[in-house]
Amino acid sequence: MKTHAATQAISGIPPGKIAVWWFLASEVMLFGGLIGTYILARLGSAGWSAEAAHLSAPMAAINTFVLLTSSMTMVMAFAAVEKGDDRGLRTFLLLTILLGLAFLGIKAYEYSSHIMAGFTPSTGSFWSFYYTMTGLHALHVLAGIMINLILFLMARGRLVNGHRVELAGLYWHFVDVVWIFLFPLLYLT
Amino acid sequence: MTDSATGVAASAHATQVHHGEISFWRTYIFSTDHKMIAKQYLFLGLFMALVGGFLAYVMRWQLAFPDTAVPGFGFVGPETYNVLVTMHGTTMVFFVAMPILLGAFGNFLIPLMIGARDMAFPRLNMLSFWTLAVGSLILLSSFFVPGGAASAGWTGYPPLSARPIYTGVTWGLNLWLLAHAIEFASFLMGGVNFLTTAITMRAPGMTFFRLPLVIWQQLTAAILFLLSVGPLIAATVMLLMDRIAGTSFFVPSGGGDPLLWQHLFWFFGHPEVYVVLLPAVGFVAEVLPVFSRKPLFGYRWIIYSTITAGILSFMVWAHHMFLSGLDPRLAMPFSLTTILISVPFAILVFAMIATLWGGSIQFATPMLYALGFVAMFIVGGLTGIFNGSAPANIQVHATYFVVGHFHYTLLSGIFFGGFAGIYFWFPKMFGRMMNERLGKIHFWLTLIFFNATFFPMHLVGLGGMMRRIANPLQYEFLQSLQPINVFITISAIGLALSQLVFLLNVGWSLVAGRKAERNPWQATTLEWATPSPPPHGNFDALPVVYRGPYEYSSPEASEDWLPQDRLLVARSG
Amino acid sequence: MLRWLPENVSTYGGDIDSIIGFIYYVTLAWFVVTIGALALFLILYRRREGRRAAYITGEKLSEAAWILIPALIVLLLDLWIDFRGADAWAKVKLRVPPADLRVQVTAKQFNWEIVYPGPDGQFGTPDDLQIDNELHVSVNKVVRIALRSKDVIHSFFLPNLRLKQDIIPGREIHAWFQATKPGVYEMPCSELCGFGHSGMLGHLTVHSAEEYQQWVREHWPSEEKTSTQSLAKGDNHR
Repeated sequence: MKTHAATQAISGIPPGKIAVWWFLASEVMLFGGLIGTYILARLGSAGWSAEAAHLSAPMAAINTFVLLTSSMTMVMAFAAVEKGDDRGLRTFLLLTILLGLAFLGIKAYEYSSHIMAGFTPSTGSFWSFYYTMTGLHALHVLAGIMINLILFLMARGRLVNGHRVELAGLYWHFVDVVWIFLFPLLYLT
Repeated sequence: MTDSATGVAASAHATQVHHGEISFWRTYIFSTDHKMIAKQYLFLGLFMALVGGFLAYVMRWQLAFPDTAVPGFGFVGPETYNVLVTMHGTTMVFFVAMPILLGAFGNFLIPLMIGARDMAFPRLNMLSFWTLAVGSLILLSSFFVPGGAASAGWTGYPPLSARPIYTGVTWGLNLWLLAHAIEFASFLMGGVNFLTTAITMRAPGMTFFRLPLVIWQQLTAAILFLLSVGPLIAATVMLLMDRIAGTSFFVPSGGGDPLLWQHLFWFFGHPEVYVVLLPAVGFVAEVLPVFSRKPLFGYRWIIYSTITAGILSFMVWAHHMFLSGLDPRLAMPFSLTTILISVPFAILVFAMIATLWGGSIQFATPMLYALGFVAMFIVGGLTGIFNGSAPANIQVHATYFVVGHFHYTLLSGIFFGGFAGIYFWFPKMFGRMMNERLGKIHFWLTLIFFNATFFPMHLVGLGGMMRRIANPLQYEFLQSLQPINVFITISAIGLALSQLVFLLNVGWSLVAGRKAERNPWQATTLEWATPSPPPHGNFDALPVVYRGPYEYSSPEASEDWLPQDRLLVARSG
Repeated sequence: MLRWLPENVSTYGGDIDSIIGFIYYVTLAWFVVTIGALALFLILYRRREGRRAAYITGEKLSEAAWILIPALIVLLLDLWIDFRGADAWAKVKLRVPPADLRVQVTAKQFNWEIVYPGPDGQFGTPDDLQIDNELHVSVNKVVRIALRSKDVIHSFFLPNLRLKQDIIPGREIHAWFQATKPGVYEMPCSELCGFGHSGMLGHLTVHSAEEYQQWVREHWPSEEKTSTQSLAKGDNHR
């Protein structure tokens, strides 16, 4: 289904892609602002690695693997729709959604174990940043899951084209990339 | 009056979208037509302007006649005054200026002037308006919650804003933050739409350097907003966490730093003032050539200057922080970048003046406002130099000198530039001409009262009057300045009442104004090739563009204007 | 315009005022030139029957020079303003002279809590004295102020001394001045700090040398005369 805008694209790049890239540019400034602030704050204070030691790097590593795999399944969903493989599209979209939910599930488990150990956002500066950054990221993961879910439901009615999957994929990869920054900055230093 | 090009028709798709019967709701409330959405933004912005203006009236009455009951409001206590000052600024910047200058005009003009039928994403467009409407509602609701509305200044500096105990405001500040977040989302959606539309939907022949300058300004404003708002969203989230989750990003007792907020806020804040200013510059750049019957002088130079100013705007933010406790050695680099920004704006002003050189000038109301913009912006820009020089800043920071400066720069945009735009495009938007006599009366009243209100602020600011105080008479050194405060207040009331002339004109013109023809101003840009108002879909056949937007008094034509979409047939002999 | 400034009784006030004056003359000149050109063009080029506007686009460099050369002049004047300003800024913020008198000013919603070190010149000793909202100094002495806040951001403002410094909680920020004339000068807060911001006010009293000694004697009566003299001269603790 071609959109109004798609028929008039004269730059050669579909409007949807331009729109998503500009949106991602603003998201880069958002997460960049937060991450930059975290780095500066961390450089300026001692003792944060002691706090970070309470995080479970292995669990986050698993989560990283989960999210990376979900990016791969998203790419495969796109490949499927380009080939006209509807079943493949639905399968890989579903896998992406499930992996995304797994990420959030592991995150929720992490949060609850921290909180039960007494580490809340107000415990200290490191924890304030940890919860805010991963929380904002998790909200973005949730948004991505919802988008993918909508695509999955639409795919059953054959309303999805490669263009839309590609755009959703761009967003999903971005969310993944943000995590690639958060993981070492929070868990590995 | 314009003959549409008979050149190559555009899309093979159905060009005119016929809708037949659409419900009232789809036409006026949940419209996806950019022109209707533009009007929605305009009326929402004008309504919020009444709110913001009323707050200013109460503030000014209190300042002139402290501790007397303000007619129409009552007594202003100290907490109330802080709420007034905060909400006036927030409302005007985020819920009046941006909706009108970007939301209304950007939406209305971009598709028409690039030769498109609508925005790239009409439904996203509709969503962006309704998101703003929700945000406006949340902001207004904050007046009615226990604890009152936000009172920490439109700049919301922590720790004052970070811990409810310092202001006594609980829900009000949380809602304030939420309203901002929603406003940001609305304009992010709009900005993405504007950029995508202008990049992908220009009519054949409409290269970037044939775009009307106002489109360049809208796009630059959109890019500045998209790239600068991220850090402020981060800061907003962090401040909300400080308020409700017990974190201490900005509170020193918990390990935080109040200056962090200032860095993040002003990193956005400075590009933001250009987001508000540039569209108005664009309107003026459209009006001046039309009523001088001459090309816009230095079109490319203006574009390069705009882009330069945009880039520099990311490098000046700490000029709001010279005295904040920042390392003093940083003052000089930021003073330098700040003072450099005056160069592209100087080029802009000189180019606007040069546009008049050798012209054939008609003093219609839009032109009067455009000229007013140039003069008022010159004043505002010049007073900026005092603020940008670090040692001078010591004396003028946080005084009414700054208040005078930013009202001249911002209101030259929203008042003079905005009214230039409204008077100029009203016939196209509503299909009626506005009353020219009322327009001229409105202009002169506004010009006089604007200067009478805001110029004296520089004087009391030099005299030392601080910002955000509720009662100047509490200070002996300010008592001799009080007559000026009274004068400012009376002028401000005059300024407000003068706007009744405008409202009268709008109301009357909408119902009884002379019907507007397609091109009452004999202008060359594409929107004037459509009926007034344009139908859904804008153009019968999509135009083809053959030249730039300012071919007035061109040697290639006998008329003193040559539309962008007119195909010239070569003459023999 | 500059006569609106409050009376200057500060050693570096002259430098600041002269920068303000310099900027004023430069901007006034630009105002006259630009508004003058604007007005001139409006008169010369108003529409007249039979006269067509000139087709000048500014694309040619000879035309663009008319805006580029003035822009260059703007740049040069701006740089001049900045370099002169750098000097004045350094004098106030970077080249801080040794202190004769020291004071701690702690801002708190909505008062200035001023602590004097007493004749021993040391803070944190029994002869420290806190007087809210009253800053007493001797004329012609360098006064060094340690600024702190107990709660929110305040701003220490002495209009007659051309001194303004934001006070950030969690840090100690230093400021200094040297008053040239005895008198009583107001000391408002100049950063929104809550509902009591308006009216948050102290007073600076600049005493002549003899009056200052008198004031010291009144407030530290049990100290010997030699001690008070050493207080007036000041130990140069760094």
